[in-house]
Amino acid sequence: MRCKMCRWFVYTQVYMPPKIAIQERKMRVLVGVKRVVDYAVKVRVNPDGKSGVDLSNIKMSMNPFCEIAVEEAVRLKESKAASEVVAVSIGPKQCTETLRTALAMGCDRAVHVHTGLRTDYMELQPLSVAQILEKVVEKEEPDLVVLGKQSIDGDCGQTGPMLAGLLNWAQVTFAAKVDVNDDKSLLVERETDAGTETIQINSLPAVITCDLRLNEPRYATLPNIMKAKKKKVDTMEAEDLGVDLMPRNEVLEVYEPPKRKEGVMVANVDELLDKLRNEASVIS
Amino acid sequence: ALPQIRCTSSSSSSSSSSSLLKDSTFVPPSNNWPACRKDQSSSRTSLSSPSSSSSIHTNHFSTATNNNDTSSSSSSSPFPHLRPPNIKDVHIFQKIMNYRPGSVITTLGKQEGIEDEDEDILKRYNVDWTHRYQGNSSLLLRPQTTNELSQILSHCHKNYIGIVPQGGNTSLVGGSTPISNTEIILSLEKFNTIHSFDTDNGIVTVDAGVILSTLQSTISERYGYLIPIDIGSKGSCQIGGNVSTNAGGQYYYRFGSLHANVLGVEVVTAKGDVLDLMSCNRKDNTGYDLKHLFIGAEGTLGIITKIALSCPKLPTSRQAALLQCPTFNDVRTTLSTAKEKLGEILSAFEFMDYEVVSLVQQQQQQTVLIEEEDDESDNPFFLLVETQGSNSEHDREKMEQFLECCMEDGFVVNGILAQDGKQMEEMWNIRESCNPIVKADGYNYKYDISIPIPEFYDMVEEMKDHLSTNYTTRSTRTVSWGHVIDGNLHLNITTPGIFTEDKTLTEVIEPYIFESVIRRNGSISAEHGLGQCKNNYLPMVKDATVVMLMKSVKDMLDPHGIMNPGKFLPSSSSSS
Repeated sequence: MRCKMCRWFVYTQVYMPPKIAIQERKMRVLVGVKRVVDYAVKVRVNPDGKSGVDLSNIKMSMNPFCEIAVEEAVRLKESKAASEVVAVSIGPKQCTETLRTALAMGCDRAVHVHTGLRTDYMELQPLSVAQILEKVVEKEEPDLVVLGKQSIDGDCGQTGPMLAGLLNWAQVTFAAKVDVNDDKSLLVERETDAGTETIQINSLPAVITCDLRLNEPRYATLPNIMKAKKKKVDTMEAEDLGVDLMPRNEVLEVYEPPKRKEGVMVANVDELLDKLRNEASVIS
Repeated sequence: ALPQIRCTSSSSSSSSSSSLLKDSTFVPPSNNWPACRKDQSSSRTSLSSPSSSSSIHTNHFSTATNNNDTSSSSSSSPFPHLRPPNIKDVHIFQKIMNYRPGSVITTLGKQEGIEDEDEDILKRYNVDWTHRYQGNSSLLLRPQTTNELSQILSHCHKNYIGIVPQGGNTSLVGGSTPISNTEIILSLEKFNTIHSFDTDNGIVTVDAGVILSTLQSTISERYGYLIPIDIGSKGSCQIGGNVSTNAGGQYYYRFGSLHANVLGVEVVTAKGDVLDLMSCNRKDNTGYDLKHLFIGAEGTLGIITKIALSCPKLPTSRQAALLQCPTFNDVRTTLSTAKEKLGEILSAFEFMDYEVVSLVQQQQQQTVLIEEEDDESDNPFFLLVETQGSNSEHDREKMEQFLECCMEDGFVVNGILAQDGKQMEEMWNIRESCNPIVKADGYNYKYDISIPIPEFYDMVEEMKDHLSTNYTTRSTRTVSWGHVIDGNLHLNITTPGIFTEDKTLTEVIEPYIFESVIRRNGSISAEHGLGQCKNNYLPMVKDATVVMLMKSVKDMLDPHGIMNPGKFLPSSSSSS
């Protein structure tokens, strides 16, 4: 028996499948990073209503939740809980820039799954993404997959849970805190509308998706950016993976939300009451 | 017929500053004095040997003090040729503005002691952002159209009533607040329409009272263009005020001054005439270009009501990096490398020293650059480098080459490159917080100077030595930041925790710093202007003939001396 925490946990634990191999070597972590429209950019929708957001000549960067995921993975490595962090991205050739950012933040190497399909839900959708990641997991054999809880272009929040389902792994979503116990089990705090849930992942492998409060992503420092240039990036084609990349859902229309109507100034309370009663019909 | 040139018939007693010009012992600076790049009134750069008349300057500096604290209690007004407004004027102004509520705010004709919301409103307009200058005006006007403004000025001109035009009230030299209780405040805040945007030429026609950040976001979101000026006070300052003070800012290097970007203005002169100088053509060589007189005149010649501004296209690719250098020579090397490697995409190159960055980090409780264990003396210089371009791949390659070169040759030892828009905003936030955070530290002795780049940081070190030798009453903090690419240094000294001015400290700093700047052929006011803070130093940095010519221009355009009295040009009232 080791620490007090473990003692308690051994008393209540359910049967733990023999994953002795994992306990002897440290974790390998796979982090998903998505290249999306920069969160500070004000997007414009194509006026035809069908082709979605105008992505020409627009600034792209790493999805903010993916940044948080990378930061958490790198912290796991710094605390010696993980031995290697691999970043993976799916998309056009410019994804290598996003991967370079992940490498500059501290990942050891990267995998780029190349595809010409649009990744903002218009063509490539979460189920296909999860299936592609499943193939990458088969190849890389990580113990932990860390993803952002959702992307800011699709806003689906489905990839993490779908991946866990496909792999039949444990999953904890909306993680706000991740602690690694001595015996490699993970204690994760999870944000819900009703409050915080604390979940213990007794055995790896598992999928964790990260929420905003989890950490504050670090800046990429110049020395690390220089080092990142020498780190390995493997490329593979999405079409070669034997995954059905066709979208399951058809996007019918994309339009901007209707502009807020201008307010009306009233001169006094009587006028306000009159308008509420006769124009807005909210009081009798 | 051209009006007669006559001197403003101010106080009959001979004052120290008018005697500066006629005094036979005063030796004006030699005629081939060059002025530095960011000088408010001219434009050449070169270095020459220090002037030999520095001793005389010291003598005159000590007499050219400013009477900031003229209060209404003094019976003699600082502007004897002007009369304060009375209740009749209030009625006339109300009539001019159609009795619109909120257009005339006054404490005139109201009983003392009774709480009045007008009084609270007036208080706000009477004090400046730095809280150094407290005016006492009893009347605030907020016209809505050029016609109203013209009628108001006409009336004031006829009746010798002083006017202080006010935009966002963000002046750092007390230029937008009244000096006494005789002037009236004329706010441009109701002139807030963005009229039109010419997409072929990139020219925006805008009213003077539009807030700069509103203008920036409207033009960028609706049309995809950039306003060529960006300064820390953009959330409050108005474009009319920016033009009237020829504001500088972080994009000065890239886009040039407002003299270069303003294509036309509509001005209401002191006499109430509306001057239509609103050319919306890029090129227009027809006659004397009078608009340049009003750009940078700080409201002393007329009030700008409309502006035609040339705008560059919004860059599709923007990058920012914060760099850390061990010595100032390394800063210089980084600067020249940036100009070489980044070339045409370099848009801003800002400097901050260790003290101000650690102060900002402390107040904002975020460690961006400085870890706690850092030794101060190791790498005390921070640079914010920004690029703007039209091709992100090309720009990124250039930035990488530049950073690699700097790191390999060792003149940059550390730094961070922004990976997304949010990180870029955070970096700019550090730079833009310098001013407010230093203001919150203690009373701010603020200096905005142009210095030849090699001697940039020497000024700061010399000031620190000078203060430690000559002022031991209490602790002071000397911080500096600035647009190093323009040679523009913002040197600030504070007394931490103490928020009132210590006149002995001012006297230790002031003649010394200006003498030091002039000796180096710098400018005593790079971009902040003169206002009521540095106007009396004008004769020290410009020839007597030049100052006389400036006064003639003022007399021609404002013969009754009603526009922003006591500011910009040396005041004729004797110093206390």
